[in-house]
Amino acid sequence: MPFNVLVLTSLAYVAFLFVVAFVVERRAMRGEMRFLRSPVVYTLSLSIYCTAWTFYGAVGSAARTGVEFLTIYLGPTLVFVGWWWVLRKLVRIGRRQRVTSIADLISSRYGKSNLLGVLVTVIAVVAATPYIALQLQSVTLSFGAFAASDPQAWAMPGRDATAIWVAAGLALFTILFGTRNLDAKEQHHGIVMAIAVEAVVKLVALLAVGIFVVWGLGGGPSAMIARIEAHVDPQWAMQPGRWAGLIFLSAAAVITLPRMFQVLVVENVDEAHLSRASWAFPAYLFAMSLFILPIAVIGLERMPAGANPDMLVLTLPLHEGQGGLALLAFLGGFSSATSMVIVETIALATMVSNHILMPAWLWLRPQAAVSGNLRGAILLARRLSIIMVLALGLAYFRLSGGSGALAAIGQIAFAGMAQVLPALLGAIFWRGGSKLGALLGLSIGFVTWGYTLFLPSFGAGALISADLLQNGLFGLAWLRPQALFGTGAMDPLIHSIFWSLALNVAGYLIGSLLSFPDPVERIQGAAFVNAFDDELQAERVGWTHGQAEPEALLNMAQRILGEEAAISFFEAEAGAQGKAGFLPDLTPRFLAGLERNLAGSVGAATAHAMISQLFGRATVTVEDLMAVATEAAQIMEYSARLESQQSELSRSARQLREVNEKLTQLSVQKDAFLSQISHELRTPMTSIRAFSEILAEGDLPAVRVAEYGQIIHAEAKRLTRLLDDLLDLSVLENGAVHLDLALSHLGQMIDRALAAASQTRPERNFDIQRDYASEEIHLRTDADRLVQVLINLISNSRKYCDAQAPVLRIAVRQKGGRVVVDFIDNGAGIAKDKQGLIFEKFARLSDDGRAGGAGLGLAICREIMGNLGGTVSYLPGQKGAAFRVSLPLRIEKPQERPMEKPQERPQ
Amino acid sequence: MRGPRAPLFLARAVYRQRRWRDAARLLPIFGLFLLLLPLLWGEGSGAGSGSVAVASAGDAGSGGAGVAAKSNSGQVAVYLFGVWALLIGLAAYVAPALAEPEADAPAEDV
Repeated sequence: MPFNVLVLTSLAYVAFLFVVAFVVERRAMRGEMRFLRSPVVYTLSLSIYCTAWTFYGAVGSAARTGVEFLTIYLGPTLVFVGWWWVLRKLVRIGRRQRVTSIADLISSRYGKSNLLGVLVTVIAVVAATPYIALQLQSVTLSFGAFAASDPQAWAMPGRDATAIWVAAGLALFTILFGTRNLDAKEQHHGIVMAIAVEAVVKLVALLAVGIFVVWGLGGGPSAMIARIEAHVDPQWAMQPGRWAGLIFLSAAAVITLPRMFQVLVVENVDEAHLSRASWAFPAYLFAMSLFILPIAVIGLERMPAGANPDMLVLTLPLHEGQGGLALLAFLGGFSSATSMVIVETIALATMVSNHILMPAWLWLRPQAAVSGNLRGAILLARRLSIIMVLALGLAYFRLSGGSGALAAIGQIAFAGMAQVLPALLGAIFWRGGSKLGALLGLSIGFVTWGYTLFLPSFGAGALISADLLQNGLFGLAWLRPQALFGTGAMDPLIHSIFWSLALNVAGYLIGSLLSFPDPVERIQGAAFVNAFDDELQAERVGWTHGQAEPEALLNMAQRILGEEAAISFFEAEAGAQGKAGFLPDLTPRFLAGLERNLAGSVGAATAHAMISQLFGRATVTVEDLMAVATEAAQIMEYSARLESQQSELSRSARQLREVNEKLTQLSVQKDAFLSQISHELRTPMTSIRAFSEILAEGDLPAVRVAEYGQIIHAEAKRLTRLLDDLLDLSVLENGAVHLDLALSHLGQMIDRALAAASQTRPERNFDIQRDYASEEIHLRTDADRLVQVLINLISNSRKYCDAQAPVLRIAVRQKGGRVVVDFIDNGAGIAKDKQGLIFEKFARLSDDGRAGGAGLGLAICREIMGNLGGTVSYLPGQKGAAFRVSLPLRIEKPQERPMEKPQERPQ
Repeated sequence: MRGPRAPLFLARAVYRQRRWRDAARLLPIFGLFLLLLPLLWGEGSGAGSGSVAVASAGDAGSGGAGVAAKSNSGQVAVYLFGVWALLIGLAAYVAPALAEPEADAPAEDV
């Protein structure tokens, strides 16, 4: 096949991809994206995981090490099948935070730190450069394979020239479709579609070759298995370390590789697509890998010894004279290489421009954030980055001389990018992960990887001297690059993965445990780790105390997002705030939204920096938070004080109200008391006056005089008694009574009381029932006062008990430290509604038995008992009047009785 | 800090959905187990391979000299592709149940 035909086919194919990308971009701009939004396209775009390494290198790898090549596809299968763990969260976070690249994700999570962004970008570029070189190499090799098959018909340019042409063409394609516009979200629909098409081409090509090999050359599946088993090669035995290690490595890589992150997270248009891809992408990998081993085995059998196993997919059909199949295989390999380079370049260029070029530019020209054509600057930075990344790949290709197996180079790149894994997983699962930890882990891991794998990969004496490789750094044997700490028995790749990740994780953990993150970082950490908790996603701290004008912000947004997009965003936000026009208020919510939008174009750190330049200060510093916290604490303290004052006020108001009520009651009582007492005093006074007037008129018989004198005397005595009682009551009520405390015998006191009370209505014969044994109690109290109470109760009983054969039972009990004396007669008792009244002053139930009582007796009793520390109360339900006296066995002191008068005095 | 406490017991639909999620989480672990299994087979003890096997990989030198004409690579490959297909099938079976909108409001536990 002439070289020109091959070139023309490639060009036609590229032109076709151009058309596809162009048409899709046009349709996307018109908003017709139905097909684009299908999960099929998403799944197919994920297939850029299968690069030329898969297309050519997997067969080479299978030819060398047997089934081990499968590890590279089994790792991603596990990750996708387990998408519920990591991928789902990554995609959610990527969409919420408008993440533009893996460097942006790491930088955004750890406090929008640009330093971290730069570090991840550097790692990604360094790790990806050999990978891009690998793609260039494979394309060049595939051209070479055709050349070798037909040496006469070829006028092939030099190997390097081919690589340059390929690189230049890829740069053009990438720039055309990768930097046409600056989306608010870094999405490239045209490229995604082109990649989906290429995914189909490479799958079809590989399947076609595989089917030809299995059925055309191998004699069917079972014969094929027999051939594989017949192939005996000690290298083909499974090595446990490499098997497990490579599965892990590829699982890590599928998450962290910049191009995978680009299609998986950044280009994702619908989270639901991930669910479909969770099995469809493994199925794609399955199909891609299915015929690798047969191709390798047949190739080894049929091809002459010394043929490059990496090119078997191409050379086997050529060898068998299948030119058309070979061309298809060539296009498949070409697709694999170009799609990978395009996406990888876009991803890397985004990172380089967002984290290195733009910050540097803004740093050099700080006023650029306020004026100047940012859009142009960003696009220029992107294009320069694309060219730079491709140039680096080309340089690596020329430097390394295109040597080395494809698979080995791919694994080096995987191991380099896997260094981001600890910081990435920590970012989405562990709120304690901090910026310092991420910096430490990433740099330690990167350096270890470079020292143990990347630098030695150039061969002894290239970048790392043979002496160092043999004897270790500074001649220290335990620092030998491929035998750190004496672990020389390990496979070099596994050795490097093991040590770089172990040290990486250690650095990350130690750094995180020892540092304290700043507020922005903590907020970001919470938002990332709790990505599914909608409540936490609301911006809680953001731009406050705005000093920028909305116009200035709109101006800046226009220069980044484009005029139309910026204006519509501002208008929508203003509408959401309920304002007409295009200039919303600078609420923290609006500013956070704007920052996220800008971050979709220039990355979180840069967007943050730009807004802070307009504001003239950073958003929230620790000092700000401290100040706010102090202010809040002061306000809280002040309000707490107000609250306590208020409750104090209401308490005193309540007290005042109570006192007032009491006073009113007292006043009413006093009035009642006064009217009662004047009534009580007037009755004897009236009779005294009347009889003394009669006496004063004279001429009365002596008998009458004596009689009237007697009446006057009796009434005067009654008056005196009444006044005595009143005086007594007033003394008792004031608590000014003097108690004569002594030890006295209860039984004797009851004897005294009975004797005294027998004067009352002496004509009645009372049956007194007593239990003398129980009365053997010595009380420490004022005996005279207590007897006064007992007399009163007994005489009341004598006075009012209406039974024919009156009985008075006196029961004494001792209860705790108190003595209870009950006086129970067999009379009618006291009506229920009157029971509450009897202890009131001047309370008399009837007038018929007024034997010289003013109704003060029980009131006095109550006061006395109060003074003695006891009570007297009516005991209901005893079939008669019953009173209970209860008092302490020993009263310690004349008690300060709570007085009826309020304690509070006006002054 | 949390809002109102989530209910202790769930409705049947929500319960089933949670178990689907558990299944989705367990799937990669199950897969890893199956994929690491061939490491324990060792050369020659592979099912059905009655013949004497090749010497182990580390045993350099004995590989060439025509000890045996069969390896278990074929079996291992068939087994691995079988496991692979099983995983894809299970994932395809589980995925639709997961994609359904959540029947309950409470925040997702991850």
